[in-house]
Amino acid sequence: MEHEITLVVNGAARRVSVPARRLLSDCLRHDLGLTGTHVGCEHGVCGCCTVLLDGRPVRSCLTFAVTVDGCEITTVEGLAGADGLSPVQRAFAECHGLQCGFCTPGFLCTVTALLRDNPAPTDEEVLEGVSGNLCRCTGYQNIVKAVHRAAELLAEEA
Amino acid sequence: MTTRLFGEPVPRREDPRLLTGNGRYLDDLGRDALAAAFVRSPHAHARIRDIDVGPALDVEGLVAIYTFEDLPERVGRPLPLLIPHPALTHGRTAYPLAKDVVRHVGEPVAMVVATDRYAAEDACALIEVDYEPLKPVVGLEEAVQGAQLVHEDVPGNVGAHLVQEVAGADGRGAREAIEASPHTLAFRLDIERSASMPLEGRGVYARWDGRDLRVYSSTQTSTSVRMAVAAALGLPLPQVEVIAPDVGGGFGVKIVHPWPEEILLPWAAMTLGREIKWTEDRREHFISSAHERGQVQYVRVGFDDDGRVLGLDVTILHDHGAYTPYGIIVPIVTSTQLLGPYKIGSYRVEFSAVYTNTVQVTPYRGAGRPQGVFCMERTMDKIAWHLGKDRTEVRAANFIQPGEFPYDQGMTFQDGRPLIYDSGDYPEMLRMIKELIGWDDFERAPGRGIGIGCYVEGTGVGPYEGGHVQVTSDGRVHVSTGLTSQGQGHETVFAQIAAAELGVPIERVSVVTGDTRRFGYAVGTFASRAAVVSGNAIALACRKVREKALRIAADALEADPSDLQITDGLVHVAGAPGASIPLSTVAVLSNPLRYAFDEEAAKATQFSGTASPDRPPVAEEEEPGLEGRDYYSPIRSTFAAGMHAAVVETDPDTAEIKVVRYAVVHDCGRLINPMIVEGQIHGGVAQGIGGALYERMAYDSHGQLVNASFMDFLMPYATEIPHIETDHLETPSPLNPLGIKGAGEAGVIPVSAVIASAIEDAEGIEIDRMPISPSDLFALRSTHHP
Repeated sequence: MEHEITLVVNGAARRVSVPARRLLSDCLRHDLGLTGTHVGCEHGVCGCCTVLLDGRPVRSCLTFAVTVDGCEITTVEGLAGADGLSPVQRAFAECHGLQCGFCTPGFLCTVTALLRDNPAPTDEEVLEGVSGNLCRCTGYQNIVKAVHRAAELLAEEA
Repeated sequence: MTTRLFGEPVPRREDPRLLTGNGRYLDDLGRDALAAAFVRSPHAHARIRDIDVGPALDVEGLVAIYTFEDLPERVGRPLPLLIPHPALTHGRTAYPLAKDVVRHVGEPVAMVVATDRYAAEDACALIEVDYEPLKPVVGLEEAVQGAQLVHEDVPGNVGAHLVQEVAGADGRGAREAIEASPHTLAFRLDIERSASMPLEGRGVYARWDGRDLRVYSSTQTSTSVRMAVAAALGLPLPQVEVIAPDVGGGFGVKIVHPWPEEILLPWAAMTLGREIKWTEDRREHFISSAHERGQVQYVRVGFDDDGRVLGLDVTILHDHGAYTPYGIIVPIVTSTQLLGPYKIGSYRVEFSAVYTNTVQVTPYRGAGRPQGVFCMERTMDKIAWHLGKDRTEVRAANFIQPGEFPYDQGMTFQDGRPLIYDSGDYPEMLRMIKELIGWDDFERAPGRGIGIGCYVEGTGVGPYEGGHVQVTSDGRVHVSTGLTSQGQGHETVFAQIAAAELGVPIERVSVVTGDTRRFGYAVGTFASRAAVVSGNAIALACRKVREKALRIAADALEADPSDLQITDGLVHVAGAPGASIPLSTVAVLSNPLRYAFDEEAAKATQFSGTASPDRPPVAEEEEPGLEGRDYYSPIRSTFAAGMHAAVVETDPDTAEIKVVRYAVVHDCGRLINPMIVEGQIHGGVAQGIGGALYERMAYDSHGQLVNASFMDFLMPYATEIPHIETDHLETPSPLNPLGIKGAGEAGVIPVSAVIASAIEDAEGIEIDRMPISPSDLFALRSTHHP
């Protein structure tokens, strides 16, 4: 049985019909064609599939699409503004915070929420903030650097 | 400006698309394709009595189910043994779908095609396979006893056995030299399994249009997949194209090919006349892709009072898992690269590659080097301990000196060529790492130790790579090379090379990798070879293009080609900037036209008056177009090197091990992009720390991988990785035009050795295994201080 749901994705209302077992990650990727959200483990550990659900970072691979009917979702495709990349995205580029780019959308969503809640995190808070996301390429050093740089950019542009 | 691109931390050209969700990874393609899923063996070793697909036939959306019986003879053949070797007397590879017997948990038994993955997995769950379980062979010790066999026709489970021996200057063999040495030590080292574990698993998407086959694969080698697919399906090569889209990490596992799915998906797409896609899930990756590391080493060493090694005798048992599709490259690399930066008096190494009922072992970043370096560096530390000397002093006593290059180690390397180091400066590197970590001033305390590890890495192996460079009439430069990218920033570094060689702004250069439609001849991305081999090929191709551009421009400017330079995309007479012609116009002139498609093109048409009416429009021995193709085929590998040092702290109660400082000095010859090289090193060190402290493949006695998830296989998060301090030494390679050496694997290679060295220093307990967990350390403490 299929269920009609409405998701407000990156500001646009999207109606979609899904079976109850459809994962939010699959719904975003395959039903809505928003393939920027990646799936690295499908058991909620790696964080690649992180999206913002009503502003909070969640694992879209552990979320059934039907359970978020009517919610607002921000994916990596929705992070850039009309005037270009967001400060978090720019900081990741500037600091070489990505290599293969597969985990990157999850980090970007996580860090966007982290800096919104805590605009000037300490080193410890940054480590804690990204400690739910795996990256196999970068060794995290430049990701951590990028988070601090993004905080600077956000402060400069506030 | 353009001339300074080489060596600069140029921002990555890949990033804008990857940061905005516009990357195109395998599973992002083929939205309307059918989905495949696989029934995989739940047993480590079993005979298949029967497969009943009946219960699955009513699943809504089911399209097809295939077992071995359904495959045509050619498709069902065992997968190729990619790298044969005379010592691999009993090489064995898997069938694409299991035939009669399964030899590890995860081996594919049936393929289901359905309208979506959910339906395909529903059908998989309903297929009933009747297995007769056989006793599995798990672990090296059990395997070498040979009581149970993984392959009935491989006695003792030994697939390969190889001995290499280099006699000392006095002609004595290692064993004789050890017997005659003033000091000798003997010990055993144990190295666990780990795996590449890229965050994107493997995946294949196949399209057949009735005549041509197009395959997308998350691979490290699209050209080789193409040849393997064409051979297995009996298709003419020009009808098959293989493309590696954006690839979410490789680290070695994706160099293996063809995977069963790379044969089965294209075949099914042709059979069904439909697009089909398969995306590996994480559990599949754990139990059906490849693992690495996994050795037991028995070491005997003889040395003098200064710690100079007089003889070294190493016997290695290498766990190859159930199959050997990639030959014995990993143990060959271990046994040769073990020598590191040292002159060993005489050396004997012997390995047996042994089958077990576990996932096959093929290269993972480092590809056997971490094991070899663990062995040599543990040996150096033990010698120092025995003699009461500083560990760096013992290493220095054994170093090859800067004046001794090229240095012939007397062995045969993984490319079948002599193990001859091209350049390096190990004493200087040791000085630099000691300074960076503060070795001489280190304040030792209980639970606080410092460690060091040195390595040499053969990089940039052949046989070759190629580059194609085309300047189009809009002034853009299109570069292609056949090898693939998995995050190394090739689009950036190859653009840097091309822009610097051609004298054009980097913004005008675009790079395509891993697409057989653009470049058909290549080997692949592995062994820290892309920058060395493709980088040089692209530079050589650019030089051809430049030469042609100068020839055409000289004609147009009525100048001598040797007086011309290219700056910012403008060909001009040196010292006379007024006399110039844009490279875009040179491209127009290079291609005589009958038809003008725009104003610029009109300059090359037949009534434009630009060409002499007395000569053929395309001169003899010329070709139309401003493009060039060239290849770089190294005579042998170029040898990068590095030294790492770390400070660790161990908790007196919980035995938790914390890496508090980590320092790297690295020499990869000339740096193309220091930002990218540092990124590679950071990532490698993080994987190394994973291997040194956390990662292991926990097989139980039944051959079940009990930690096959990210919850139980512990990859480091940001919280486990210390800040990594780096410094670079540049000894250019004399072997290639750009003087570069590979950097991709460097970071990972010595880490287990370094961490073991530091823990040993902190605890006063010999560390002879990797990884070492808090429980392991706790147990060691209990044994040593009962």
